[in-house]
Amino acid sequence: MIKTRTALALFLFVALFSLSQLAAQDWIRTGTNRGAPIRVAVPDFKQSTADPANQPMLTTFNDTLWNDLDNAGIFEMVAKSFYPAGSFGAPADLKLDAWGNPPPNAAMVAFGNLGASGGKLEVQGWLYDVKNPTSPQVLGKQYREDATVDNARVIAHRFANEIITRLGGVPGATESKIYFISNRTGNKEVWSMDYDGGSQKQVTKLGGIALSPRISPDNSRLAFSGLRDSWQIMMYSFDVDRLVSFPRHPGGNYSPAWSSDGTKIAFSSSMGTGASEIYIADASGAGARRLTNGRTDVSPVFNPRTNGQIAFVSGRTGLPQIYIMDADGSNVQRITDQGYAVSPSWSPNGLLLAFAWVRNYGPGVLGGADIYIMDIASKQIVQLTHDGGRNDFPSWSPDGRHIVFQSNRSGTEQIWSVLADGTHLQQLTRTGRNSQPNWSYR
Amino acid sequence: MNYSKKHMILAGVMFTLLVLAVGCGKKKPPPPPPPPPKPVTATLSANPTSIQAGQSSTLTWSTENADDVTLDGQKVNASGTQAVSPTQTTTYHLVAKGASGTQEGTAQVTVTQPPPPPPPPTPTPTPQVSDDQLFAQAAQDIYFDFDKSDLRPEAHQTLAQIAQAMKAHPNWKVQIEGNTDERGSTEYNLALGERRADAARQELLRNGVSGDALKTISYGKEKPVCTESNENCWQKNRRDHFTLLH
Repeated sequence: MIKTRTALALFLFVALFSLSQLAAQDWIRTGTNRGAPIRVAVPDFKQSTADPANQPMLTTFNDTLWNDLDNAGIFEMVAKSFYPAGSFGAPADLKLDAWGNPPPNAAMVAFGNLGASGGKLEVQGWLYDVKNPTSPQVLGKQYREDATVDNARVIAHRFANEIITRLGGVPGATESKIYFISNRTGNKEVWSMDYDGGSQKQVTKLGGIALSPRISPDNSRLAFSGLRDSWQIMMYSFDVDRLVSFPRHPGGNYSPAWSSDGTKIAFSSSMGTGASEIYIADASGAGARRLTNGRTDVSPVFNPRTNGQIAFVSGRTGLPQIYIMDADGSNVQRITDQGYAVSPSWSPNGLLLAFAWVRNYGPGVLGGADIYIMDIASKQIVQLTHDGGRNDFPSWSPDGRHIVFQSNRSGTEQIWSVLADGTHLQQLTRTGRNSQPNWSYR
Repeated sequence: MNYSKKHMILAGVMFTLLVLAVGCGKKKPPPPPPPPPKPVTATLSANPTSIQAGQSSTLTWSTENADDVTLDGQKVNASGTQAVSPTQTTTYHLVAKGASGTQEGTAQVTVTQPPPPPPPPTPTPTPQVSDDQLFAQAAQDIYFDFDKSDLRPEAHQTLAQIAQAMKAHPNWKVQIEGNTDERGSTEYNLALGERRADAARQELLRNGVSGDALKTISYGKEKPVCTESNENCWQKNRRDHFTLLH
């Protein structure tokens, strides 16, 4: 297990290297080795007013900020038992030596205060580099919103993202959303939630079956496949909060996918041949044309870095395998060579494919599928999940550090997330059956 | 049961022969001079134009001088009616293509949400009981191997029966529903179900059924008849189911 984790971490470090290289100028040097996690201390925020409404907001804020930084994948959280005594609501409360030396031995401290007054919630937050006494302030932020627990959570996600962006070089996932299918109303509908499972909300009210939600890169529209009298690609607009028109086609139309520039949609349709093939169309749905001829082709996904390639699943040779082709349908190449391989998700940097795979498929029995990650250039493959059950529909976070997926390891299908190095596994949903998670582009 | 089925089949064969005999007896008139192409017309209306979710509206269309008429992509007769019950506001498109061009007609059915207390269910009369029974007798489910859409020998027999019954009832429209077992990906299973439905469709076409009388749909693993995780149950779900559309 440890061996696998190490291999995975090494592999991902190499694969993600070009991503961090791009952002190298933003990297804050802390005296620790590049790639080693930064030790961050996060003392609880202090109440700044005496409003009795503060407590639930304070608790939510502190929990959310801690979890966001803990889950970011680039920090080592300094345990609270090592912190100096006292409360730390403003820079004047902070003695840098007490934080920078053992026992805390922190590199960074995130602290601040929170309070409601007159129905408004006000939060001040700072990030201090405690090993740089001449100018320790890395960040100083102020937030003001209506005083609700939801807003306390939103502000914590924003402040956490500032810290992650500043110290990690690229924005984190803390303000992103995950779209998924849930049957908790009795029908399969599209739902949304925060990246950590918070604020779960119903999106569609189709009353039939909704599948395969895919959020547009600008977060304004959601494409999915919906069943009324036939399966059609449907489009939900968050600008007007309802379904908007999208061309209908004969046959079954499944698994839409956005190009990362938002100009194209690929999907699977049986409109032309009676069997499922990959089509590409404008984002409006106009000008659909067929790219494949495999007779069981589904689940397209664009290379979000270039939009010049599409990965998809085909059963053209028997059990489904993952293929890659150019976005005009040429240069089709098969990239998995055995088993049952489905549900590709292309990493934001364009270098990795996550997919679900029953690697050693035996006759008669299709056991648990696991999530795997392939480095496309080298075809090297690393197994991400090992913990049983059927795992499917991986989807990368916008920062390329997390993967969300569905698993029945708990007994029912639920949504889980994990860092791309295999650590920080967490269950995000618990009500009803939940499947097909899709992580927003930002 | 067998006895009456044989009778039905016999009646169907006799009817077919009779039609053929009458057809052969006709003398073909000399071909008339080609008339100038007449303008294509197409009108489509919905009645009522506004319904509550769960209710239905009737689409009525008529066309003139068109050889190819489609309603929302499905081939239909030159004129006719069709009941629809959309769950959300829907615009229907009629496209008529003829020698002199293409005409389109549209009709919108506005769907409003029903009032909070739903009306008690009213028993619906079933005027087509005998057709349904007849159909159910011929159109039993056909089954598939794991990840396959190849027709088994007994599926060929079932499809021949369905074809015969359909040819005896040219007004029948049949939906072929492809299904898969619970294993594997939701999306891939939809494509696999599509292929299974298409396999039955192709066989019915080979048996002389008109394509206009057939609609295919895949439910993938969304509508299992059996929900246990064992081969016995999986086999029951790897099937094409046939529904007579009303």
